[in-house]
Amino acid sequence: MDEQTPKHVSESGMPVGARETDDAPVENQANEEEACARAPIGMLCELTHRCPLQCPYCSNPLDLERANTEMTTEQWQDLMRQAADLGVLQIHLSGGEPAARKDLEDIVKVAAEVGLYTNLITAAVTLTRERVEKLRDLGLDHVQISIQDVEPGNADKISGYKNGLEKKIEVAKWVKELGMPLTINAPIHRHNIKSVPKMIDFAVELGAGRIEIAHVQYYAWALLNRAALMPTREGFNEAAKYVEAARERLKGILVIDAVVPDYYAKYPKPCMGGWGRGIVNITPQGRVLPCHAAESIKGMEFDNIKDKKLAEIWLNGDAFNKYRGTSWMKEPCRSCDRKEVDYGGCRCQAFALTGDATNTDPACSLSSLHEEWANVAEKESHAPSTDFVYRRVGGAKKADTNPA
Amino acid sequence: MSDAAPRQRVIIDANSKLIMPRHIKMRHDTERGRWIILAPERLFDPDDVAVEVLKLCDGDRSVKDIVTMMAKEYNAPEGEISIDIITMLQDLSDKGVVVAQ
Repeated sequence: MDEQTPKHVSESGMPVGARETDDAPVENQANEEEACARAPIGMLCELTHRCPLQCPYCSNPLDLERANTEMTTEQWQDLMRQAADLGVLQIHLSGGEPAARKDLEDIVKVAAEVGLYTNLITAAVTLTRERVEKLRDLGLDHVQISIQDVEPGNADKISGYKNGLEKKIEVAKWVKELGMPLTINAPIHRHNIKSVPKMIDFAVELGAGRIEIAHVQYYAWALLNRAALMPTREGFNEAAKYVEAARERLKGILVIDAVVPDYYAKYPKPCMGGWGRGIVNITPQGRVLPCHAAESIKGMEFDNIKDKKLAEIWLNGDAFNKYRGTSWMKEPCRSCDRKEVDYGGCRCQAFALTGDATNTDPACSLSSLHEEWANVAEKESHAPSTDFVYRRVGGAKKADTNPA
Repeated sequence: MSDAAPRQRVIIDANSKLIMPRHIKMRHDTERGRWIILAPERLFDPDDVAVEVLKLCDGDRSVKDIVTMMAKEYNAPEGEISIDIITMLQDLSDKGVVVAQ
């Protein structure tokens, strides 16, 4: 940054999982303590766990919630009003596939009315032009479309869905024709990492303003499929180098957000921007979580929005207070000067890999287990890929062994 | 269409006429007592100068017009203010917060 010119606009509220580079100075931490103290900035709404796609890295829990347990239209609408009252600024309508709910429009309508910035995170394959137009007219602010690859056959194989890419391109074009901003989300793993350059070109050609080169995060389905998905360190480094150069080359054309694979990182990501700090997640049934994977931590209890108000849960809920702030930390986090930069990383990953959620996330090079887990990644990434365990109801039961 | 992502980087100069596209929302966040700019998967925290400049970006006024107005208000030399404002607007243009008319 030019020291001569004062910075008039700072940036915060980065996408979930995105982070500064490993070498970023500690003082670069976002100054949003005040902003987060009373209310979450963002609310991730998993409207449903139904999805036509079966991607083996899905971030939904292995135990998918059934359609007949989902919250009603009125319950989601009431939640939108509560969120706006509390001070939530952005909502991310996700799933599963949010468009699987026929009342998506009714939910967006209320969210827009109460002033929430609305973001649709969709697989896009079931959307029609009429629905996209209706959503725009109701006030939807932004559409994010996921892709599995830019090579159609490989995309079909990864998603377990036929001709998905063609449909996604069609929907992306409608989004642009209708004058809405578009983000392409590309989850990256060993079966598509070579396509990263083409994915970036693809986003530019479609007129997207943003792309997320989102290396798969290894929880839930992705942890189950880790030996099929983990890229090699060399492959990751090559892709990362390409992304850095593309970011510079495409300045002012395409914003590139990168999420790196934890196992090859030096420091952990500030998961969810810190536990109970900036983001709240709602499951289809209405359970209120500090993170979409939080239920993987055994022995925790989560409140449901059907029983209590959002404000009450956010401020006083046991699950939120458990790992909020820094007082729960052990060494090496406790005395680390990065403890308010990355908040010790991800609690869910710490639990999944060490059995204790208060341990440092093994993604951190200061964790005594970091070497071991980096080695596991190295080994798996160089061995032949295992078969995918596709994400579907009951799918995880068949492969009921935790690779960790 | 102003909402379309530019395929070439827009370079901001004194003649640029800028506006915030429909999906960029600057508003006062009463809960937190500050101005904020809402954007896709982003939140920007503008200071007072940025808020004032962005309010003046109506697609009609040029950057030069805005510089003149700000120089008068802050009783500061236009040259200095101009560099400051163009740098800020270039950064915001690169991030899609403002687009050229």
